[in-house]
Amino acid sequence: MYQIIVFGPLLAAIIAGLFGRQLGDKGAQAVTCGALVLSAILSWLAFFQIALGHTVDHVIIMNWVTSGDLSFDWGFKVDTLTAVMLVVVNTVSCLVHIYSVGYMAHDPHKPRFMAYLSFFTFAMLMLVTADNFIQMFFGWEGVGLASYLLIGFWYKKPSACAAAIKAFLVNRVGDFGFALGIFAIYMVTGAVDFETVFAAIPGLQEQTIHFLWMDLDLITTICILLFIGAMGKSAQLGLHTWLPDAMEGPTPVSALIHAATMVTAGVFMVARCSPIFEFSPDALAFVAFIGASTAIFAATIGTAQNDIKRVIAYSTCSQLGYMFFALGVSAYGAAIFHLFTHAFFKALLFLGSGSVIHAMSDEQDMRKMGGLRKKIPATFILMVIGTLALTGFPFFAGYYSKDMIIESAFASGSSIGGYAFAMGVLAALLTSFYSWRLIFMTFFGESRATKSVQDHVHESGKWMIMPLYVLAAGAIAAGFMFKEYFVGHNYEDFWGTALFLKDAAHNVMEAAHHVPGWVVVAPFVVMVTGFVIAVYAYILRPDIPTRFAGTFTHLYNLFYNKWYVDEIYDFLFVNPAKKLGTFLWKKGDENIIDRYGPDGVTASVLTLARKFKALQSGYVYHYAFAMLMGVAAFVTWFVGGAS
Amino acid sequence: MEHFPILSIITFLPLLGVVFVLLTKGENADRNARNAALWVTVFTFLASLILWFSFDKTTADFQFVEKTGWLGDNINYHMGIDGISILFVMLTTFIMPIVILTGWDAIQSRVKEYLIAFLILETLMIGVFCALDIVLFYLFFEGGLIPMFLIIGVWGGKNRVYAAYKLFLYTLLGSVLMLLAMLYMYFQAGTTDIPTMMQYGFDTNAQTWLFLAFFASFAVKMPMWPVHTWLPDAHVQAPTAGSVILAGILLKMGGYGFLRFSLPMFPVASVDLAWLIYTLSVIAIIYTSLVALMQQDMKKLIAYSSVAHMGFVTLGIFAFNSQGIEGAIMVMLAHGFVASALFLCVGVIYDRLHTREIERYGGLVNIMPKYALTFMFFVMASVGLPGTGNFVGEILVLIGLFKVSIWTTFFAATGLILGAAYMLWLYRKVVFGELVKEDLKAMLDMNKREVIIFAPLIFFTIWMGIHPSTFLDFMHVSVESLITNHQAALAAVAETIAH
Repeated sequence: MYQIIVFGPLLAAIIAGLFGRQLGDKGAQAVTCGALVLSAILSWLAFFQIALGHTVDHVIIMNWVTSGDLSFDWGFKVDTLTAVMLVVVNTVSCLVHIYSVGYMAHDPHKPRFMAYLSFFTFAMLMLVTADNFIQMFFGWEGVGLASYLLIGFWYKKPSACAAAIKAFLVNRVGDFGFALGIFAIYMVTGAVDFETVFAAIPGLQEQTIHFLWMDLDLITTICILLFIGAMGKSAQLGLHTWLPDAMEGPTPVSALIHAATMVTAGVFMVARCSPIFEFSPDALAFVAFIGASTAIFAATIGTAQNDIKRVIAYSTCSQLGYMFFALGVSAYGAAIFHLFTHAFFKALLFLGSGSVIHAMSDEQDMRKMGGLRKKIPATFILMVIGTLALTGFPFFAGYYSKDMIIESAFASGSSIGGYAFAMGVLAALLTSFYSWRLIFMTFFGESRATKSVQDHVHESGKWMIMPLYVLAAGAIAAGFMFKEYFVGHNYEDFWGTALFLKDAAHNVMEAAHHVPGWVVVAPFVVMVTGFVIAVYAYILRPDIPTRFAGTFTHLYNLFYNKWYVDEIYDFLFVNPAKKLGTFLWKKGDENIIDRYGPDGVTASVLTLARKFKALQSGYVYHYAFAMLMGVAAFVTWFVGGAS
Repeated sequence: MEHFPILSIITFLPLLGVVFVLLTKGENADRNARNAALWVTVFTFLASLILWFSFDKTTADFQFVEKTGWLGDNINYHMGIDGISILFVMLTTFIMPIVILTGWDAIQSRVKEYLIAFLILETLMIGVFCALDIVLFYLFFEGGLIPMFLIIGVWGGKNRVYAAYKLFLYTLLGSVLMLLAMLYMYFQAGTTDIPTMMQYGFDTNAQTWLFLAFFASFAVKMPMWPVHTWLPDAHVQAPTAGSVILAGILLKMGGYGFLRFSLPMFPVASVDLAWLIYTLSVIAIIYTSLVALMQQDMKKLIAYSSVAHMGFVTLGIFAFNSQGIEGAIMVMLAHGFVASALFLCVGVIYDRLHTREIERYGGLVNIMPKYALTFMFFVMASVGLPGTGNFVGEILVLIGLFKVSIWTTFFAATGLILGAAYMLWLYRKVVFGELVKEDLKAMLDMNKREVIIFAPLIFFTIWMGIHPSTFLDFMHVSVESLITNHQAALAAVAETIAH
């Protein structure tokens, strides 16, 4: 069964990619959508069997590499964590495939697009089903490739190509850390498969690793290295710069890869490695710190963006921050629960914004929208559902998962937990503000679009709207249906051995049920506050935002320009690398090595040769002949010496 | 000789091809000559499959051994292969038909001579990997320089003479030193037999000098920084087929040399001087990657990337553990396929537009979808994407190296980031974007011959990535024995010092 789930999309991708022209657009769409529907259905079956049936499956397909004492396989390890990911990935992917049939209807390269989507799904499935670190790395880089190809799908746009390269390179920086983490794991445990590694970790406490002049705590070092990989893939502070640019890709891609699945791979990886992270309080604190900081940092930028997709992108970045600080306070269940609910409502928001963009003749700037509520009512209602879920309105999906995270942070009692709690609440305020700002700018007020665009506004077709209804159902129901399993009373039964807690008696999610009343109410209060501010600023007094931007120019510019991180990186890394490259080439290779090496020798030889002009015939054959003679002379000399 | 001399047959079969090529006459001489060369190389490959299937993977001993008196009393014609060299022999015989096909249409002048040069080169290259006597080895090793020199010098680009000279000067420097070292070794050990020398145990002090002498030759061949500057020029000036053979096979001779000579014969010096190798390799990886980032000539860019990849090879070999060495061999094999393919990719568009300047291209995906897909595949293989042979090689090298030196691994791994930067930049400039340049609009997608050339390279690159055991199984025993002997030699020396 797992073989079909995982390799079905790969097969579909190969067929659609290589034989797209023969199959035609319809054929390619049918093959890929069919494979994904099948995978999605089987994934839910697997979910019931594994997660609700309390079993773990381990399938080995074949040996991959054996070298010395190192050996790893191609295999599937399916526990509850994997089963949850299977459901998330395949459900969203299946819906996005179907949506794409409508969204890409006017694109000339449909088979290629569908093939990329299916290939992405395959790589993501390899990542989540891996039973060892190297296979996980295979999926990890595979989704990076798919992301690169899909961001750059409209290859004629220079901005799309640049964004694609940026995404790949920033991810590579993360992968660099991830790879070093794997090497360190192998060095100390002699294995790379999860089972052996996790079993060996408790015995490695208190050990150190020597790097340059420092003696570092072994487990903490491993965890931080792994986490650098997670930061790249999940766009956390410092390695987040690629995600907003990635919005250059078609909208279905943003929904699938840059909201629901790939960017959550980092969260999945840390949860999967909970048996390692649990033994390093320092690493966990670091994870919590980065997560909480990202949550607030990305939310501030989200308030000042005008591109509808970029607002949602920064929102994704911020929500991933929530997941990470949940991981950092050992609330793994809450993190994965938020991953699960977030997949539904964020995919809904992205696909909904795709529907808006579609209606607005490919316009993404919210300053040129407005008043769309009456013209595309279905999209409007779906977007509002997504927003309610995102902002954590009671009984919607986000309400359960996000509040659980905030309460867990408080309940953890540590100082870093306190920081995360404060940032989480503050970010919730901003989340509510920018989400409603998006709704108001897009759907309310007077239309600010040109006449011709206004005339073309139309509701999306059934291929695009149907998947949205399914996601909306998820955004409403995913929370209360599953909360008892993910973070509630059935926690231990549900997760089994998939998530590890060092101190199982002090489950932070258990403590989260007993926090003071004001902690429980706080997220709700800030959510309402954010809503009210947005109503005031964007409906009642539309002149406020401009005046605000005028009064607090520096703050506004800081947010609008994304804290100038891109500019700083260009200054620190990109430009110096280019300059150094030119310097080494022109000065190093040409001016030093060649000048004093071969060119110098040639020059002196030529000077010499000019004196013996008779020998200088200029024909390459003559030199070759001279060489042959030389070799012959060597051999003769050799043989002479030998006998 | 008690058994069928299969190794000699494979080695010298291409020379038979030379005879055929010389015999072609009349109007269709060029076409017939090409066919003859192609069939001979294909047949050589088929013959080498006999080795592949009848090779005994359970022993580290040399197999298919041929030994007969040759020069004087001491120098024998001694051939044989082990689990390491068989892979290089196979790589050579596999790449050669592709090389012949590459120049099929592009080369129109002196066709016969061109083919003869390549056929002779094949004999010499196979010979290098089979020779078990240093005189024989030296002949093959240095002899290869002559056809390569001619290929660049006669069929090369505008600056061919300069490039050929550079190649010659660098190689000459290395080979003189290696020859002196060989002479010394002969007087010490009283034999030129490689297997005997591997067990001999040279004097510890002498080892350092011998190691450095061999190092001079192998470092140039690899090439290692700072003796790498001949490679970009040689690649740029060489015809496509020449670049393929250079990147695919000739660069591997240095790595093979380290495995066959440096490690087994000078174990103490290898360990003592490992820091030198590490330093030079790490510099090579970072330095040449940065330089590659700024190149405007496609071939130069890929040439610099080769230097960086070869840095991984030397690092793996001098990690002295099975992951490192097996990884190094995998990197060499994978690079043999992928770098060859990348030069072929450049060749495809060079044949159409006659320029290698990156700026002259752009937007090729619009008219050459098959080409775009192929090129993308090899770009990704070159940056070591999992699922390709390069990944398996690089990950093994780094994992083995990490055990020995963390900081070296740290700096070497930055090559993974830089490598992606220059390759993706190259691809974007050439393939992506709007098709605006007028002269590009008439370009045709890959023809059948080109598809046939690339298909096997793609197939084997994936095979090596997904099921590398096919290749690793050959080398396990030989590599283990290499490491065991190496450690035993070190232990013996340590014991003498203790006494």
